Amino acid sequence: MNSEKDLKRLSRRGFLTMGVAAGAGYASWKWLRTRPREDGVAWPFRRVLEANERIARAYFSPERLSPEFRESDLTRVRVNGSQGLKAPIDLDAWRLKIEGAATPVELTLDDLRQFPRRTSITELRCIEGWSIIVRWSGVRLADVMEKFPPPRMPQYLAIETPDRGYYIGLDIESALHPQTLLAFEINDSPLPIPHGAPLRLAIPVKYGIKNIKRIGTIRYTDIRPADFWGERGYDWYAGH
Amino acid sequence: MVTAGRGSRFPQATMKPSRAARHPILMHLARKHSLAIRWFHWINFPLLAVMIWSGILIYWAYPAYVKLDPSTWRALHVNNRLAEGMALHFFFMWLFGVNGVLYVLYTLISGEWRELVPRRGTLREAWNVLLHDLRIRKEPLPRKKFNAAQQIAYTSVIVMGAGSLLSGLAIYKPVQFAWLAWLFGGYQGARFVHFWLTVGYVAFFLVHVAQVVRAGWNNFRAMVIGVEAVNE
Repeated sequence: MNSEKDLKRLSRRGFLTMGVAAGAGYASWKWLRTRPREDGVAWPFRRVLEANERIARAYFSPERLSPEFRESDLTRVRVNGSQGLKAPIDLDAWRLKIEGAATPVELTLDDLRQFPRRTSITELRCIEGWSIIVRWSGVRLADVMEKFPPPRMPQYLAIETPDRGYYIGLDIESALHPQTLLAFEINDSPLPIPHGAPLRLAIPVKYGIKNIKRIGTIRYTDIRPADFWGERGYDWYAGH
Repeated sequence: MVTAGRGSRFPQATMKPSRAARHPILMHLARKHSLAIRWFHWINFPLLAVMIWSGILIYWAYPAYVKLDPSTWRALHVNNRLAEGMALHFFFMWLFGVNGVLYVLYTLISGEWRELVPRRGTLREAWNVLLHDLRIRKEPLPRKKFNAAQQIAYTSVIVMGAGSLLSGLAIYKPVQFAWLAWLFGGYQGARFVHFWLTVGYVAFFLVHVAQVVRAGWNNFRAMVIGVEAVNE
């Protein structure tokens, strides 16, 4: 045995292996990043976001609740996002349309107030990273769905502003979650226009992007609905 | 004088004939890092880099802790890339997490954890290492594969990795894992921990690279080929 020779041989083998591995890693990285985009992101990343979604949906439980806070925990509210709010709105003429129920439904705000009123203080987490603690009052989306049931349970809900300037898709479990509210009050005041008057979604099991303002239409569907930010490179599911 | 040679494939001291006249030294090769450790280490390096970089793309959207001027973000081309950052982060998190978990399992099963985990007296010994490295203390350090300061650093960085995975999970699914977010002091607490652990990795990396440079080629090469040349 000759140590010097062994060292040379091992070095050659080791550095060659490392070079090949580094090259393969770099090529894989380049390949991943240059794949055609699907809804704003290279398709391998879209596939993994969808795989993550399947795991999250399998683990999801309606019994796990977003933490609720005390009055004293309320933070300053913050307005973010005005897609779908740009057209003028006549609040008296506004109706909530529900499509896909046994018969088409149009509800006024007073109709919605007939449902049991729910209030909860929860954290609204923006996908950007900030969060605020807000007191929402409204009615459970699940209660409204129960009153106007679809012929059979759909897989998704599509929710849109009246002008379809903003639109989201929801998986059915998140829509039926007990903390998911159709909210008409924020911190005990009727929703101001920038916060989504007259009716918005307060859904603490999702990022802020799914808390759609100025709801015009709710549609029951088995086809995965289009989602404004989901089409722009973000995770369609965006769930907590 | 060296311990790692025991049980090695190269247990015998041999003389290099050609240069022996000019350099009459005996050299033998001593096993240092196992193949598994080397793969885990070098796979982790680019994965951690991608996690940090994609983390910066996410952090840009709400730079809560360290504020940079918008022109700095633009100069670094890391502005307005939140969606991309999240897609990368939630792709590579799997590889980063699996590699880390396998590394820990490997060290546990192989028994190599004994060389890595600090024990009683390590802290005092690490102080001596620090004084030695800063050229304050002259006495040579006890010879072993990882000195006390390394043991503390390499074990801490694994604990930090676990902290990153857990705080990351708390940020990723703060309702399904509300108890975990609570442990970190809530959603924003988890974000705070996640961010500062990352700063910790960067600090670790800078010290680590400086130490590797200082330790020299033989030491670095051992992390690639597994063996170290030892002069008798």
